[in-house]
Amino acid sequence: MRPSSVVLSFLVLVVTAFGGSLLHAGWHQWQGGALLAPTRALVRDLRLTDLVLFTEARYTRHPSQADRHTPFQDHPVALEHFPSGSLFGPPAHLTSHAPLDRPTALSD
Amino acid sequence: MRHWIARQRYLIDYTVAAMARRKARNLGLLLVYALVVFVLASVLLYGHALRREAALLLAEAPEVVVQRLLAGRHELVDVNDLERLRGIRGVRRVEGRLWGYHYDPIASANYTFMVPPEGTVAPGTIHVGAALARTRGAEVGDVLAFRGVDDRLFPFQVAAVLSPDSAIVSADLVLLGESDYRAFFGIAPGRFTDIALTVANPREARTVAEKVLRALPGSRPILREEMRRTYAALFDWREGMVLVLLSGSMLAFAILAWDKAAGLSADERREIGILKAIGWDTGDVLGMKLWEGALLSLLAFLLGFALAYAHVFLLGAALLAPAMQGWAVLYPGFALIPAIDGLQLATLFFLTVVPYTSATLVPAWRAAITDPDQVMR
Repeated sequence: MRPSSVVLSFLVLVVTAFGGSLLHAGWHQWQGGALLAPTRALVRDLRLTDLVLFTEARYTRHPSQADRHTPFQDHPVALEHFPSGSLFGPPAHLTSHAPLDRPTALSD
Repeated sequence: MRHWIARQRYLIDYTVAAMARRKARNLGLLLVYALVVFVLASVLLYGHALRREAALLLAEAPEVVVQRLLAGRHELVDVNDLERLRGIRGVRRVEGRLWGYHYDPIASANYTFMVPPEGTVAPGTIHVGAALARTRGAEVGDVLAFRGVDDRLFPFQVAAVLSPDSAIVSADLVLLGESDYRAFFGIAPGRFTDIALTVANPREARTVAEKVLRALPGSRPILREEMRRTYAALFDWREGMVLVLLSGSMLAFAILAWDKAAGLSADERREIGILKAIGWDTGDVLGMKLWEGALLSLLAFLLGFALAYAHVFLLGAALLAPAMQGWAVLYPGFALIPAIDGLQLATLFFLTVVPYTSATLVPAWRAAITDPDQVMR
């Protein structure tokens, strides 16, 4: 067998695997709505707001609902001590909440 | 055309035979190259699938959640607050949500207790999330007891275990009836944890939130868009952290690949000189080198990507999940729906295949345009 035949056969094999992964993903995208429907219905029925990724503290269980500065409220000068807190950034509403903030009448 | 194809096949024949002479080096490079693509593609695929799933699921979240704040802390809302919000134009439905946390010392885990709005849970019974049921070894019909606010034990019969397929949103949930919830946490009737608003036109959610601020000074409206952005930022952050940790090894590989691709060994220079001497022209030498770079990088890219896809979506991302998901006693077991971002795929392709292939051409071109006699010396 010619060396090019061996390499090209292997290339066809990996191209097939690559194409298969694209088709597999495409099929799931097409089916995506149906597969997620029960979970979406649960979110809608229970009025859920967050994913269950970390359950150790209230601000990691519900990051989108967390109080401002909640990781630091346990005691004065408290530092945030759950490891998952260092694995994600502050919730979006803490960093980009400007349009909903009202201007203060008095200067700070 | 047939002539061109035959010519390319002869070039590939020669290239493969030449690469086989340095089998260990080229196979090693192919494997490391594929491994780098595998790791990068795994992180990108996993991050994208998590982001997409969060966006799809949170599209069903309440349009606006209103919290009351007192001295900077979360405070229960009063039934009168609900009435005031009902008067806002554009608000279709106002519901008080009842939910809270309970620490279970038996499992050393926090649960989320929640009252379903439709009141589907009978008094004295609970529906529990799949991870909670697994951790406590509970099945339908079992009785789970938790200590309430006055240290009294509240026994609940497990009426249902929520589907493990929805564990990503329900792993730690305990659904119970309203009267049980109020007795367990000692919350008086007419008081709620927060308020969920349904807005007639979701595009008006921000305007409604501004009206909420005027109607309930001291409250904090959280838009659904902000909930979705929180999760997009969360997974961006984690993806970035993993990529930063990997950047050292990526850089080391880039140096290795660049050194291999951009510098010709004395043997390779002599080989090019001999090829030129026996009649190959510069185009043939460049064609041969192009095939060498393209075959190696293309094989590595396709192999690495296909393996990454299988790792993330067929094997549950066993190597990445702890870093990307985090840790918790109640660990949600969930399978992600496969998704590929075309832009990420194209970026990965252009960052891995194109630089290596083009880096092989320049030194070969330099050697190929030099006099064969000089190159062979």
